Amino acid sequence: MKPSLTPRAGTTARRPLLARLLTTDHHHLGIAYLLLALVSVVIGTTLSLHMRIHLTWPQVPLERILPGSYLPIVTIHGTIMLFFVLTTAPQSGFGNLVLPAQLGTRRMALPLINALGFWITALALLVLCASSLTEAGAPLSGWTAYPPLSAVASAGPGQGPGMDLWLLSIALFGIGATLSAINTLVTILRGRCTGMTWDRMPLTVWGWFTAALLSLLAFSVLLAAITLLLCDRHLGTSFFVPTGDLVNGVLHGAGGHGDGSPLLWLHLFWFFGHPEVYIAILPGMGLTSMLLANFARRRVFAYGTMVATTLLIGLLGILVWGHHMFVAGLSPFAISAFSISTVAIAVPASAKVLSWLATVWRSHPRYTTPMLFALGFVSLFITGGLTGPILAQPMLDQYLHNTYFVVAHFHLIMAMAGIFGVFAATYYWFPLITARDGRPGPLLAEKLGRWHFWCTFLGAYATFLPMHLAGLAGQPRHYSQLTGIPNHAGELMARLYPLNSFITHAALFLAASQLLFLANLVRTLRHGAPAADNPWDATTLEWHPDLLPGAPEQEGSAPIAVYRAPCFYLGDEGETFLPQWQSDATDAANQE
Amino acid sequence: MPATITPIDVERDRKRRPDDFDHGGGKRPPVDHDKRTGGGGDGENWGNRPQGSRGPRERLTRYRLFVFFGLAAVLMFFAAIVSAFFVQQSSSHFDAYNRYINEWLPTAIPPIIWLNTAVLLLSSVTIEIARQRMFQEVHALEEWLGLGKPTSERAMPWLAATVVLGLLFLTGQWVAWNQLHVQHVFMSSNPSSHFFFLITGAHAAHLFLGVAGLLAALVSLYAARQLEVRQIMVDCVAWYWHSMGLFWVFLFVLLAFFQ
Ligand code: HEM
Ligand SMILES: [Cu+2]
Repeated sequence: MKPSLTPRAGTTARRPLLARLLTTDHHHLGIAYLLLALVSVVIGTTLSLHMRIHLTWPQVPLERILPGSYLPIVTIHGTIMLFFVLTTAPQSGFGNLVLPAQLGTRRMALPLINALGFWITALALLVLCASSLTEAGAPLSGWTAYPPLSAVASAGPGQGPGMDLWLLSIALFGIGATLSAINTLVTILRGRCTGMTWDRMPLTVWGWFTAALLSLLAFSVLLAAITLLLCDRHLGTSFFVPTGDLVNGVLHGAGGHGDGSPLLWLHLFWFFGHPEVYIAILPGMGLTSMLLANFARRRVFAYGTMVATTLLIGLLGILVWGHHMFVAGLSPFAISAFSISTVAIAVPASAKVLSWLATVWRSHPRYTTPMLFALGFVSLFITGGLTGPILAQPMLDQYLHNTYFVVAHFHLIMAMAGIFGVFAATYYWFPLITARDGRPGPLLAEKLGRWHFWCTFLGAYATFLPMHLAGLAGQPRHYSQLTGIPNHAGELMARLYPLNSFITHAALFLAASQLLFLANLVRTLRHGAPAADNPWDATTLEWHPDLLPGAPEQEGSAPIAVYRAPCFYLGDEGETFLPQWQSDATDAANQE
Repeated sequence: MPATITPIDVERDRKRRPDDFDHGGGKRPPVDHDKRTGGGGDGENWGNRPQGSRGPRERLTRYRLFVFFGLAAVLMFFAAIVSAFFVQQSSSHFDAYNRYINEWLPTAIPPIIWLNTAVLLLSSVTIEIARQRMFQEVHALEEWLGLGKPTSERAMPWLAATVVLGLLFLTGQWVAWNQLHVQHVFMSSNPSSHFFFLITGAHAAHLFLGVAGLLAALVSLYAARQLEVRQIMVDCVAWYWHSMGLFWVFLFVLLAFFQ
């Protein structure tokens, strides 16, 4: 056989190692993305536990385990979690695994570009790890890298080569994400099978589509910002360095005559940053809609509106970046405008919540593990979302900005909801992830999965709900020491100590619960029995027997076509259902 | 599985039925696009072919879309830089004597840049000729009949000319930089010069990518056996090149007249 550049998904023929490494097969790339995210999430979780333990029991000599101090750990934790876990797994990981099949095609539109995107992402992860190991000190400016300090390479440890590598890593990540976003967009535009009209596309596809559009717009702006910052750091410009910027007794920025503006970085960065959080969450939203409908045996409530709200959230997401800058010195007019646009996002977001609730309202869902995680997603999204409009009030944000209240908000709505989306997808699509030669692989064990869900759910709330209280009491974020402080602040922190200790215990419990998942994973991979062809009685095309990874592509077989929108269930409990790919004619033949 | 009845085509169109949960939206049934060309292959139904070979231009369209989305990203990149340009132009501060100070001193554009711009515009013409020549039906047909590679042979000189003009442009920009350096205008001199060097540099980097693409297309004229592959290469590079020319016109106007 000629070594084709666009092999079919999931071909498991033994090929030389190099050829298998350089595969453009989207199924393999999807698994590679998931593995990359798994490695990243393990690193990121370890770092977060390190932080919590250091905050609660500073006497534990953890410093010996990891180099550097507190701020680099926050920085690497945030960067790795947001970029390498929550951007790669939902969008690129499951996008590669499921998106083509859900459109009824066996191939990505641009397989080479897609593979290139993965390798650049993997390289970015390596560079990020390297950045934290430089002798000059790991980057410590947070995932937002605010100037002026980040614009001055000599400002101190952590602003030197470590910062350069961090910027390089994010730039590479942006290039990789842009390439795979383009592949996603072209695949959705050109790869749909016969009958797959726009309004028959599953909501997951709409999620990937909108997130890809956002990636395309946002990451290029981030690249521009990074270019400017690197010029400031090494070419003597002063885009972000203000006039008379005195660092360590030295004037910086065009010999102190710069007129640069750190605010400019904030604008550029958050123009990227806010869409980025939607890139992380939109695929999960789409998946939640589809899973709730699947297990409640109902159609998605207000399907067309859900498509519209997905796009609307994407659009509004580009217009709200200023809500991260309320205390940074925006003009009052800009502040009002950004406050209003931010609250406006609550409208489509609430519409989504309403649709999720209406879809399962008074149904008798099957509480499978993926369903539980989807319901958990809804719960976390509501809890985390409620604090959004609070933070969107400039007056309240004056107080709450840079406190643990913000930490609680974005961990519930983004971190936890996003992770729940990833878990729902993993439990739901596991047979597809492990499929070989056109046969689905095993399902993850249900019982262990349910234990995993309940422990994670409790752990997530126990960890992040109390952080609201800590934030309201004034506990600042990015502080490495909460104990042994003199005076007023010390009294306050001493009063909050039991709360913080509880949070740390909960975080340890939350992390330990993930061992259940790992155990489930190992056990299923070893002993799992293959699942049925369509184990969840789903209606979407990824379960079409001819579209399973590695399914032989027969000459002259009936082409894959779509006859209806997804979620077609009949009967009170949805006993009968028509998948998208089944024509009425074959159905009639079935019944005869 | 029961015996599969090949569905009749009509059935794939959407019927409006009360129990059909198809929810409005575009309200356009999936029409079977008529892709007949009037040639020999018309008996085939393109729609039933596997993806990737549906219709004569399917691959071309896909790669064109790749270039267009990529260009959208590049556009956003330059849009961000241009907005930073305007922000910094209007930035100022008060000094120790409470004087209002704006550091921006316009950078005089070296005249050679006018020449460079003309060269770049000319190169857009040459590459468009090359692109059109790749698609001339008479010659494509000749090639199909096995009579050599007339399309590629006729496009090659124009593609090579574009490479030369592109390199000429890049050299011209380099000369412009040197002229400024001689006048002691460096990138770090002034907010305005920051942007002059940044914008010309970023554009040159993108154009450099374009030259690399042109060289790849030139190689493909000889290396690629399928006419389609050669067409895609030349076509995609041409669109990219045109856009870089267009972007340059905007950036040049910005640097020349909006300082
Ligand atoms: C109901 C919709 C939402 C509203 C009204 C909202 C509002 C806000 C506001 C006003 C802030 C700024 C707080 C501050 O800096 O003091 C913020 C921060 C943040 N939000 Fe949201 N948000 C919403 C949804 C989301 C979603 C869906 C995500 C993620 C998927 C998210 C992730 C974040 C993150 C990561 C931050 C922290 C940024 C930092 O480092 O300062 N938000 N949100
Ligand atoms: Cu935001």
